[in-house]
Parts: sequence; C-alpha cells; structure tokens
Amino acid sequence: MTQPVSPPRDSSTDKVPQARPPAWRGLPARADVRTLSLLGVLAALILIGGITKPDEFLDSRNLQLVLTQASVIGVVTVGMTFVIISGGIDLSVGAIVALASVWATTVATQEYGFAGILFTAVIVGVGCGLVNGVLIAYGAMVPFIATLAMLASARGLALQITDGKTQIVTVPSVLDLGERDAYVLGVPPLVMVFAVVTVIGWLVLNRTTFGRRTVAVGGNPEAARLAGIDVRRQRLYLYLLSGLCCGIAAFLLIVLAGSGQNTNGNLYELDAIAAAIIGGTLLTGGRGTIVGSVLGVLIFTTITNIFALNNLQSDVQQIAKGAIIVAAVLVQRRTASTT
Amino acid sequence: MAPEPPLLSMSGITKSFPGVRALDGVDLDVQAGEVHCLLGQNGAGKSTLIKVLAGAHQPDTGTIRWRGEEVTLRSPIAAMRLGIATIYQELDLVEHLSVAENVHLGHEPTAAGFVVRGKAAKASTAALLKRLGHAEIDPARLVGELSAAQQQIVSMARALSHDVRLIVMDEPSAALDPDEVDNLFRIVGDLTAAGVAVVYISHRLEEIRRIGDRVTVLKDGRAVANGLPAKSTPTREVVALMTGRNVEYVFPGRPVSPPPGEPVLTVRGLSRQGEFEPFDLDVRPGEIVGLAGLVGSGRSEILETVYGARKPTTGQVRVGGKALKPGSVRAAVRAGLGLAPEERKAQGLLMLESVTRNVSVSSMSRFSRAGWIDRGAELGAARAATRELSLRPDNPSVPVRTLSGGNQQKAVLARWLLRGCKVLLLDEPTRGVDVGARAELYAVIRRLADEGLAVLLVSSEVPEVLGLADRVLVLREGRVVHTAPARELDEHRVLDLVMEGSPAS
Repeated sequence: MTQPVSPPRDSSTDKVPQARPPAWRGLPARADVRTLSLLGVLAALILIGGITKPDEFLDSRNLQLVLTQASVIGVVTVGMTFVIISGGIDLSVGAIVALASVWATTVATQEYGFAGILFTAVIVGVGCGLVNGVLIAYGAMVPFIATLAMLASARGLALQITDGKTQIVTVPSVLDLGERDAYVLGVPPLVMVFAVVTVIGWLVLNRTTFGRRTVAVGGNPEAARLAGIDVRRQRLYLYLLSGLCCGIAAFLLIVLAGSGQNTNGNLYELDAIAAAIIGGTLLTGGRGTIVGSVLGVLIFTTITNIFALNNLQSDVQQIAKGAIIVAAVLVQRRTASTT
Repeated sequence: MAPEPPLLSMSGITKSFPGVRALDGVDLDVQAGEVHCLLGQNGAGKSTLIKVLAGAHQPDTGTIRWRGEEVTLRSPIAAMRLGIATIYQELDLVEHLSVAENVHLGHEPTAAGFVVRGKAAKASTAALLKRLGHAEIDPARLVGELSAAQQQIVSMARALSHDVRLIVMDEPSAALDPDEVDNLFRIVGDLTAAGVAVVYISHRLEEIRRIGDRVTVLKDGRAVANGLPAKSTPTREVVALMTGRNVEYVFPGRPVSPPPGEPVLTVRGLSRQGEFEPFDLDVRPGEIVGLAGLVGSGRSEILETVYGARKPTTGQVRVGGKALKPGSVRAAVRAGLGLAPEERKAQGLLMLESVTRNVSVSSMSRFSRAGWIDRGAELGAARAATRELSLRPDNPSVPVRTLSGGNQQKAVLARWLLRGCKVLLLDEPTRGVDVGARAELYAVIRRLADEGLAVLLVSSEVPEVLGLADRVLVLREGRVVHTAPARELDEHRVLDLVMEGSPAS
C-alpha cells in the first residue's frame, strides 16, 4: 500500500517550480498505521491511569512529572534511534550520561556556573561519542563491542571522579530551571528541551542529506558506498550525535535531580533501545522513525507512573515492560507482513 | 533381467522463489559409479538443484527416486541418511573446531550416548584422511589453521564419514592448485571405482573432459541437454547449449565510424594480485567497450577496481586526464564514474526506499542547501531522469522493490544520469531482466553512449557483448587474451578464446 500519488506533471523537464509535496507525503502508509497503533496504546494507558487513579493520574502536576521524566531518556532515545537506523547500536548511552553528569557537577566545574555545567556536560558527551565513532568507523570495531567498552570505562571514570559520593549542585540558575516558577504555560523547561530535540531530530532524519545518508548506510551499506557515500564518516557523525544527545540528557538530569551521581543513567541503554524498537525502528537498520521512538518513551514512562501510583513494585513493572516489548514486535511483524 | 534403475532419478523438479522460477521442470538421472557433470551459467539453477538434492530446499513439484523408490528429502539429515553428501563451494566447516570434530560434527562417536570418544573420532578421521591421500593433516588441528585446499579435503572426509552413495561437489577445483586438482581427480576415480556416484559442478570444460562420464546442461532453470557423453560432445555444442538463446535479441545499430576524440577513461597497467593481470584500456566518449569472459575470469573485479571499490596492486586509472586516487569510490564518483553493479539488489539499490531516493542518493548536494533537502526539486529531477529512461511505472514515489528487474536497472542508470556522469560501468546489466525488457535496455545504453557517455560493459553473455559493444576485450583467468572491434568477432571465436585451454601451467 502506498500513498495516493499526485497526477503526473509535465513540469518535470523545465524550470517551472513544482508544488511542494505536503509534509505527510512520502511517509509510507505503514508508518502511519504504526504511529496510530502506538497512539492507541498510549491512549489506552491514559485511560487505565485515569480509571484506576482518577484524581492523582490526571492531575497536572503528575502529567508534568511524567513528561519531565520522559525528557531525559527521550533525548537519549532520539540519538539512539539515529544510530540504530544506521545499523549500529550504542550501549554506552547510560554510562555517558553518568560521566557527563558527574564531570559537569564537580566543584571545579560548578565555579563556572550555568554555562560551565552545560558546556561540560555536552563536551563530555560529544567526546565519548567521538571515541565510539572513531573506534567503530575507522577502527572497524563492532559497535556492540566498542560501546560496551565505553560503557565500562565511562562508568569507571564516573565512579573515580565522584568516589561514589553525590555531588550537590549549588548553582541557583541551574536549579531554578527545575522549579515551578520556570514553567512556561505549565510546561517545564526540560520538556521543552525534549520537544525541541524531537522536532530537530525529525527534521534531520526526514529533511536533510544527513538523514538520507543515515538511512542509506543502515539499509544497505555496500550500495551506499558504491553510490559514493562516505560510509565511515557518516558512522562517525552518528556516534557523535548520540554522544551529543547524552550530554544534553545529562544536563537535564542535573537540573532534575539537583545533583550528579555516578549511578545516573543506569540501564538507559536498554530503555532507549526498547523504546526505539517498539516505535518501529528495525534493529537491523534502514528503517525507523523519531515519532515512533518518542511514543515508545512516553508509553514506558506512563506505565512506570501508573504502576507507581497503584503502589505496584518495580519488579512488576519490569515484567510488564518485557511483555510489552515482545507484544509490540509481534504486532509489528504481523502488520509488516500484511501490508 | 530388468535393467537396474538409476541410483538417483529426479524428474520434473520445479522450484520458485518470490519473483523467480529457479527450476522449471528439471530431470536428472545419475547412475551408480559415474561422474555426472552439471553445467550452466550463473543463475541457471545449478545451486538450487543441488540444494533440492541435499534436502536444503523442498521442490514445489516433481519426484525424486532413489534406487527406484520415491523419496521425500525433508531435510539435509534425511538426504544424508540415504547416503547423499554435498560439498558446497563455500565450505561449511567450523573454524574453531578441530579437524576430527568437524568430520564427526552431528554424528560423534559416543560412549553412554553422550560422552564424545575423542580418540575414536581422531582415529577414524586419520583413516579417512589417509584414504584421501592427505595423511599429513593432523586430526587434532583447528580447521581455521588449514589452507583452503586442506579444508576442502576435510570437507570431503566429512562427506565420506557417512555411508555415502552419492557425493555432490560444487566447483571443488576452484580453490585448488593444479597438483591438488590431480589429487582431487584421483579421489573421484577411487570413489567411482567403489560404486559411489559423483555429481560434479565446474565451469572448466577441460576438467569435465578429463573425469566426466555424462553431462547435463542447465539454462534458465531447465535442463537443455540430459546425459550427453562428456568426452565426445564438441565444446561448441556444449557452449551453445549453455549460452544458447531462445530469442534473438534486437541490438541497436552502432555508429559507422568509431567516435573521435580523446579517451575519457584511461587505464594503464591496472592489476590486482590473484584476480587479474596488468592491462591497458581506453574508452572514448560515445564508445561502448565490452569485457567478455567466464565467471572467475576477473570481469567484475576489473570493473570494481576501476571504480575504486577494490584497491589495485599496480596501475592507474585516469578520467579526463586526471589520475584517480586508488581505492576510493568517492574520488571515482567525483571524477564522473558511475557503476551499475552486478548484484543489483545487494550492491546497487536501497530496497526499502522509493525510486526517487534511489535515484537522488548520489546527487543529494544538487537539491540541498546546507544539508537541507528541497524535496520538490528532488522529486522533479528524479522524475525527469526516470522519464528519460522510460522507467515504469511513471511514478518515482513507489518503492523500488516493487519494480521489475529491468526497471530497477533503469533506476540505477537514472542515478548516474542525474549525477551527470561521464563514464558508465555496467556489470551484467541485463541479469534478471526478462527477454522483452532487454532490447529496451540495450537501446537505452546505446542512446546514452550516442549522447556522449563512455560505457564499459561486462557480461557473461557473449552475444550481448558482441551486439552492444564497439570494441571487445576477451578475458580468460584474469588475463586479457584478445582485443578487437566487435564486428570482427563472432560468438564462436569469443567462446573459443574464453573457454579453450587451461592457463599457462
């Protein structure tokens, strides 16, 4: 099934500017079905939350909390989605978030205030991404192994920096960002950052040469190479991008927690991969959407929230998450084979 | 006394894969103790047939009789139980296990049902290796440490470790030196003397003459000849059967005089160790130069090396007088080279994407500013390029995987047309393209040349090279053995050059 197509135009050979195709055109119909089904799941969850805990779940404070919690992992997931679409994987995202968050909250860094913390978090993230990217693209290392090594080293370094202690943030301008006074029309600044990253991610994936190359490299690296794409450089950029997202996420986490800890971002890699997968990104590369990944993040965060409100323990949550991943992949396989 | 039924009798075997009919009613009879050779070009159905025989593929229709009784080969194990063993071209050995472990993989000698008797396995492996004339291979060594030829012996030992009555060998000599080939033939002789049947697949006609008893020729999924005498059938007849066309293709007329002008593509002394020897080549704008040769003659390797996808051992490629950086596809593309690769789906196309995106992928900077794609301009340009080649359907937004083979090839050509390339490298441009669409593709290629493109064409179909090219280089075993204008050659002359004789040895 494909989108209805516009009738052939005769302007193709001359210079008459063509009507720009509408934004939704060019997305395969199947992606829309998938997005709708994910929206359906999210709506069902909201319904469940509303029924089981009507007063607490639908309270604006709770919704703000859900979205804020989704922001940190959401930004990481946007970067992860690009990497997975390119046929790679980044297991080090959680560790990079931890390292960036502690490096940015050392006493020395905090002396430089807001800008120092933000800058350090981003630079540490990009730096780790650079190491990953160079090892994978030019060192011909398997992404799984290179990023697994980064996971171990970055966590180790984070522990070394903090000596296991929580580093309290004392810069007021950073802490203020998490306060209710900073909300704009009820929207927390962290959520706005998440929204901006999502929109930029969508635009980059769907509207730029960078996005095209990412999809081409993931879909068929050999064809991409023979078409003249610099596959290695593209891979390097993708891990840089993932590192950048981790740096931004680390800053959000610092604002949210008011501190930096070496245990931050624990198992983010699994949450981000899971969100991308249920969002319809192929683990083998070549296909995926930012919208799907973000919906995946929102679904997981909402489940966590509903479980917490109903006083269900985290073990039950974990089991439910696992079941959802399996169910989502099975459903997607069905829809993929029938369309 | 009734005549003994053949050991194996396959009849009316058909097998279809999505979009392809790989086997179309193939018959094959194999007698005990004979060497039955299977000939055919790539894609003729040889591999599918032997996979059916090995139980790896289930035929759609047709019957298989084993010693007169109808059998169903549900799995490789079922085939093995009957005594059918297959030695694949890509050796299926586990590199990190020892020789003995590989030989007995899946049927290890055991004590109490599960404890592997390592010593017994080693002893029987040593006996098998000795029988194969390679007693020097230590059964305890890891297979990964052995040479390709030794691995082949291990593979054969594994086949013989079962009680075999029929062995299928898929191009067993491809990786072997001449004296190793002699040993292989000795083993084949021993086996057949013991009553074992051998189905032997090879491209080398002289080998088939030496050890073959009968020949079955496959073409386009059909057996075009069954059980020809291997030693007395004239080469020409065999070759004609392999390549013979059922339909005469229509080739566009070529210009009367060779196009004037300086060569746009110049190759000097280009070689790659173990693949092809140094050669020179000039292609002028408007000229189509063909490379004719069998599989393994180095055709595709040459094309990919010119394109920078493989790094040359020696030599240089110049485009418009400027030397290209060796081994860099990007340099080649920037200089104006474009490749339509042999494996269209695996190497050429982004199968999950639309025609537009496949066409625009090499020229994205033309529709983008600072990385931002103007999708209207992209669609318009893709539409123009695909219309130029009459690609159907006339809608570049459809997924490229829904196109027919000929139209997929046009999508690849449109990519380079859009890029404005100067030299087009075509590797088997009509593979997987049905007969009707070929003439159209030939016309397109000629028209592109007439418009000033230089074309370097590789094809395993000799008539295609002769019909389309202005000048032909004939390759055999990595060497250019002849160069001549296409009009001075005919199919038989080229086939003689391509097939006869073995390399200087």
